[in-house]
Amino acid sequence: MAEAVKQEIDARGSACPGPLMELIRGIKASSVGDAVAVLSSDPGSNKDIPDWVDKIGYELVSNEDHGEYHRFVVRKTK
Amino acid sequence: MHRIIIIGGGPGGTITANHLAEHLADDIRRGDVAVELITDKPEQVYKPGFLYLAFGLESPERIRRPVRELVSPYVDVRIERVVKVDTDQRQVLVEGGKSRPFDQLVIASGTRLEPSATPGLAEAGDWFYDEKAAQKLHDKLEALEQGRIVVSVVGVPHMCPVAPLEVTFMLDQWLEQRGRRDKVELAYTYPINRTHSIASLAEWATPELQKRNVQIETFFNAESVDVERKVLQSMEGTELPFDILIAIPEHRSAAFLEESGLTEAGWVPTDRETLAVKGQDGIWALGDTTNLPVSKAGSVAHYQSAALSKNVAARAHGHGPVARYDGKTICFIEAGLDKGTFIEFNYARPPQVQPPTKMIHWAKLAYNNAYWLTAKGAL
Ligand SMILES: Cc1cc2nc3c(=O)[nH]c(=O)nc-3n(C[C@H](O)[C@H](O)[C@H](O)COP(=O)(O)OP(=O)(O)OC[C@H]3O[C@@H](n4cnc5c(N)ncnc54)[C@H](O)[C@@H]3O)c2cc1C
Repeated sequence: MAEAVKQEIDARGSACPGPLMELIRGIKASSVGDAVAVLSSDPGSNKDIPDWVDKIGYELVSNEDHGEYHRFVVRKTK
Repeated sequence: MHRIIIIGGGPGGTITANHLAEHLADDIRRGDVAVELITDKPEQVYKPGFLYLAFGLESPERIRRPVRELVSPYVDVRIERVVKVDTDQRQVLVEGGKSRPFDQLVIASGTRLEPSATPGLAEAGDWFYDEKAAQKLHDKLEALEQGRIVVSVVGVPHMCPVAPLEVTFMLDQWLEQRGRRDKVELAYTYPINRTHSIASLAEWATPELQKRNVQIETFFNAESVDVERKVLQSMEGTELPFDILIAIPEHRSAAFLEESGLTEAGWVPTDRETLAVKGQDGIWALGDTTNLPVSKAGSVAHYQSAALSKNVAARAHGHGPVARYDGKTICFIEAGLDKGTFIEFNYARPPQVQPPTKMIHWAKLAYNNAYWLTAKGAL
């Protein structure tokens, strides 16, 4: 995989804690420079995840639309 | 003899033990199957009671039961601390050097709190996620005549995702009843862009917090506590001063799991439907220790145990998995000291919040007592 994802979290169907909280969990457990992927079937993630990544200052490497779900890849940059 | 070991005497472990005793009763009587539950403490403590302990509304004696009284006589209970799982030799190693062989293993060892993962938190913070800390917090709350209380979700993931909101609503009313609410400021922080990860719950909770004059700080990922200045600092650069900091500390799965190579990024990688541990054969996990994207809640452990125990029993009879967990979760939510609501959802159906009522509050309190019937497998 081009972005060398260290961890992929399948958060499809996760209402609570939800895909963004799952992403934060993954990011907390990873090292600076690592990329974490999260799969989400929640339409709200399209706003929530980029907004959070922007606020915290990490990098949204990709956001792929797979129809039923999106796959976000985020790199912990600091 | 087919040996099944369950690690953990919390809700996940005891409910699973009782289901297995029922599904495999004939095999156990014949001596073909043995079910053993290994747990490090002789009592199970009902953790939802800690929320009430923090306000002096519950007593330590009422929220505990001996594990041996909760499980079927068909289950052998051993009070021992697990130090390692040897997946190659298929045995559990316990403190004191003994080993316990297994054919199937169920991991239900929950989480442990790690306040020290956040610099300054262990020294300057409080929490209500364990018994002693909840009692200490109660003493501090009783003594606080005026000042500022900050409720902060620091650890992600954490047990009972609604408890931080509940404690805030309860604080508001508790202080009001003591005539101190106008002298004590309240603030609530959450890591993402709203007051709760469930959008519909956040839509309900945000105006409720505003109505109660609670300062809201979203996008607040707490990073450290300045012990001298009594200030909570976030990764986003916000600072919040406090007199009492009620934090939800970082959580981790039990240390022996990491030693045994049974974790991935800190949690046990588990199949979201069969509850089999990924990459292992005949090893299963449920409750708070899994990496599943579900709430770390007792109701989840309860519903998971129904599917998991059927799959363990099927394997004892030489079959593949027969049951699937569908993500079912129920959470009661206190909206103060006398009203409550609840949410119910699964992988396919998102939650909807009902308007809070006195009835639901009393249902939650009633369930706090009736829970022991669930642990015994009767409810
Ligand atoms: C304040 C608070 C409020 C809550 N409110 C609610 C609520 O309203 N509704 C709800 O559904 N849930 C609630 N929860 C969450 C609920 O308590 C947990 O989700 C539940 O206890 C998880 O069960 P478990 O069996 O997975 O783990 P646990 O209950 O943590 O049990 C783990 C067991 O494993 C044992 N163990 C650990 N390490 C070892 C070892 N090395 N060797 C042997 N044994 C070991 C422990 O002693 C324990 O017996 C709340 C939690 C808290 C803290």
